[in-house]
Amino acid sequence: MLAFLVQRISQAFLVMFVISVIAFAIQDGLGDPLQEMVGMSVSEEEREAIREELGLNDPMVVQYLRFAGNALQGDLGNSYFYSKPTLEVIAEHLPATLELVIGASLIIVFLSVPIGVYAAIRPQAWLSKFFMGVSTVGISIPVFLTAIVLIQLFSIGVTVNWFPSDTGWGQWLNDFFSTEGGLPSYGRGDELTHLFGTWESGFFTGTGLMHLVLPSVSLASIMLPLFIRLIRAEMMEVLQSDYVRYARAKGLSAGRINFLHALKNTMLPVITVGGVQIGIMVAYTILTETVFQWPGVGLMFLEAITRSDIPLIVAYLMVVGLIFVVTNTLVDLIYGLVNPTVKLTGKKA
Amino acid sequence: MKKLIAAFVGSMALASAPVALGAEATKELKMAYDADPVTLDIHEQLSGGILQLSHMTFDPLLRWTSDLGFEPRLAESWERVDENTMRFKLREGVKFHSGNELTAADVKFTFDRLKQSQDFKAIFKPFSGINIIDDYTFELVTSEPYPLLLNTATYIFPFDSKFYSGQTQDGKDKSAILKHGNSFASENLSGTGPYTVTERKQGVRVEFERFDDYWDTESPGNVGKIVLTPIKENNTRVSALLSGGVDFIAPVPPNDLERIRNDKNGNLVTMSGTRIILFHMNQERVEAFKNPKVRQAIAYAINQEGIAAKIMKGFATPAAQMSPEGYQGYNESLTPRFDVAKAQELMKEAGYEDGFTITMMAPNNRYVNDDKIAQAVAAMLARINIKVDLKTLPKAQYWPEYDNRAADMMMIGWHADTEDSANFYEFLTFCPDADSGAGQYNAGNYCNPEIDALVQKANVETDLDKRAAMLQEVEQRLYDDAAFVPLHWQDLAWAAKKNVKIEPVLNVMNFPYLGDLVIE
Repeated sequence: MLAFLVQRISQAFLVMFVISVIAFAIQDGLGDPLQEMVGMSVSEEEREAIREELGLNDPMVVQYLRFAGNALQGDLGNSYFYSKPTLEVIAEHLPATLELVIGASLIIVFLSVPIGVYAAIRPQAWLSKFFMGVSTVGISIPVFLTAIVLIQLFSIGVTVNWFPSDTGWGQWLNDFFSTEGGLPSYGRGDELTHLFGTWESGFFTGTGLMHLVLPSVSLASIMLPLFIRLIRAEMMEVLQSDYVRYARAKGLSAGRINFLHALKNTMLPVITVGGVQIGIMVAYTILTETVFQWPGVGLMFLEAITRSDIPLIVAYLMVVGLIFVVTNTLVDLIYGLVNPTVKLTGKKA
Repeated sequence: MKKLIAAFVGSMALASAPVALGAEATKELKMAYDADPVTLDIHEQLSGGILQLSHMTFDPLLRWTSDLGFEPRLAESWERVDENTMRFKLREGVKFHSGNELTAADVKFTFDRLKQSQDFKAIFKPFSGINIIDDYTFELVTSEPYPLLLNTATYIFPFDSKFYSGQTQDGKDKSAILKHGNSFASENLSGTGPYTVTERKQGVRVEFERFDDYWDTESPGNVGKIVLTPIKENNTRVSALLSGGVDFIAPVPPNDLERIRNDKNGNLVTMSGTRIILFHMNQERVEAFKNPKVRQAIAYAINQEGIAAKIMKGFATPAAQMSPEGYQGYNESLTPRFDVAKAQELMKEAGYEDGFTITMMAPNNRYVNDDKIAQAVAAMLARINIKVDLKTLPKAQYWPEYDNRAADMMMIGWHADTEDSANFYEFLTFCPDADSGAGQYNAGNYCNPEIDALVQKANVETDLDKRAAMLQEVEQRLYDDAAFVPLHWQDLAWAAKKNVKIEPVLNVMNFPYLGDLVIE
């Protein structure tokens, strides 16, 4: 166990080192940070003076060594735009992103497991077919389109007059397809609860939760179909296995077989995929956060790119790299707990 | 920082007994711009966002009216003493947010600070100094006669010298202007303006509250609280308005103009803007561009009206010169000269009937539809056999390329900080000179010393009619010479809910006077 962790931590350092080198190597291509810091009419001389002050004129290697030296002491530099340490900026934005990911994950977990299991147990039921059909559609629509449609339907509202409104049934159908709107379409709202440090949560107030609805749903919309299909496929396979047949023959109740014995083994690959997907979801939040003006790290990163805020870009990439390594490590550990036959690398057999 | 401001506002509320306002300021305005101010120090950066903040939290000596005239604000009146001197009379009894009273010393403090600011010092270069006559009288002195003295004075938003002097607890100078890193002034603010900043979370929201002791008791404004949320994504900003999440948005993307016009609760205001979009033809890189006939051929080949109508969806005013209407240099007789046959003929005369190949670069996220405009221009040039190799880039990568003059034709948009024609020529068509900084953005390397001399002469001509005639001649000669390819002035658009009366407070400079905003 200890050897495993040590190995993972050294891996994390390697990953972060590689990321920082790559980020530094491409920074010339990211544009000139001065453009965002000064007005158009500022003379070249003034610009040169600021560049000199920021150390942008030093050779790349000198800049990198300076950065690496500070980074080893936990200082990843100051953001040009926020004029604050980059880690502080990321810490301020991270809670918003994590809450969005948590919101989306809850939706995924509470929908994908029952639907997936149902579709596996009753593959011929029309409801199963309906879910599988919808999920195919869901998986093929890009997240920003989902988001825009959701905003139009549930924030702005749509009035439908496809049917003759002078007839009772026409009016009823029109009303049926029209939506009221009213859900918040941007930001996190005014009422956030302060938890600790930089964490301000939207989970404890009505408006906070309302603001979470649309972004979480659109973020979940990419992963949900995937998980439903995965759980269904795994479950179907497990249901064919010998031990399930034996359990049936033994006369155990269907609920006990399906939810205790079969589901447990179904979840193994789901956990592996899930862990990786959570990392990917952090990356997907860039799109979702942009559409909903959600003040998390994704939006922050995108804006840092348009502003050529290089220290912030580098720091973000390193933090995301760290998140990936940590989630993967956790997944491996949990995997070991759920399935004792799995051996962690580095652990003596 | 939040606490600091809150504590400051709290102590202020205790210190000052509420005074009757011109109108009861009780309404709340929620608004969304595409960005929030990068700093609270309005001398740190010269940008649209900062000027918008300046007009909310400070007041200038005088300000532009919607028809490009001047109206007195903190300066009650002004008179020319001699060719180089203008005397201003300051309004009495004006209070800063801190409770301090405004005097001429504050104006001097501000003037000196502007002279230090990297972004503003260029604008204030013609000024040699400021003389304080008494507490409410001062003189601005220029080194030679300067016709744009009042234009420049609109940039003087008096600072609270007592508030911004001295040292912070950790020994930093409170008046310092820092481009990067935090300064006292970038986080604390005391102006004379209609609003105080009560809460600020960069990139998320800024909250403003009406200043109880605001001097302008005749202002009709009845907004007590403003919440500004930056929403960068066009679609989201428009949705926020349509769903009722915010009351006022700017800018409005051209693709959504119809949507808002058709919305029964929406109130859309558009205005022809002053930012010219143009292409430079680099004579240093392309031999053919040295030939005026080739440049004219290009000018004839471009269909400005078509671009404005089709690509900009009417959200632009086709241009044949740099100066927009209302500027002194605006020359009525210059109109777009689209004529492909004539263009082909000129190419033939110049000996380039078979054309040639050039490179072109344009940004793709800086101006409205910039990449599509560039594509259209490239297609139009194909008709006179000029083959264009076009590359469009995000603005962060575009400007370094622009500085290197990396393509034969490059796009730029320009707004004159002085709201005056000469500023266009100085930056865009003057003979490039690295030492003086002239022609800093002249990516065409066009150089005509006669025209430059004429502009210089106009710059010391205080008879405004004579000056206008000179500047109009400049436009005419640049037009005849086809020094650059003008495309259009980008329109401006704002949108609000019906009950928010935005028209009276909007102007072509795009800094709404929100202190005077009325909500019904």
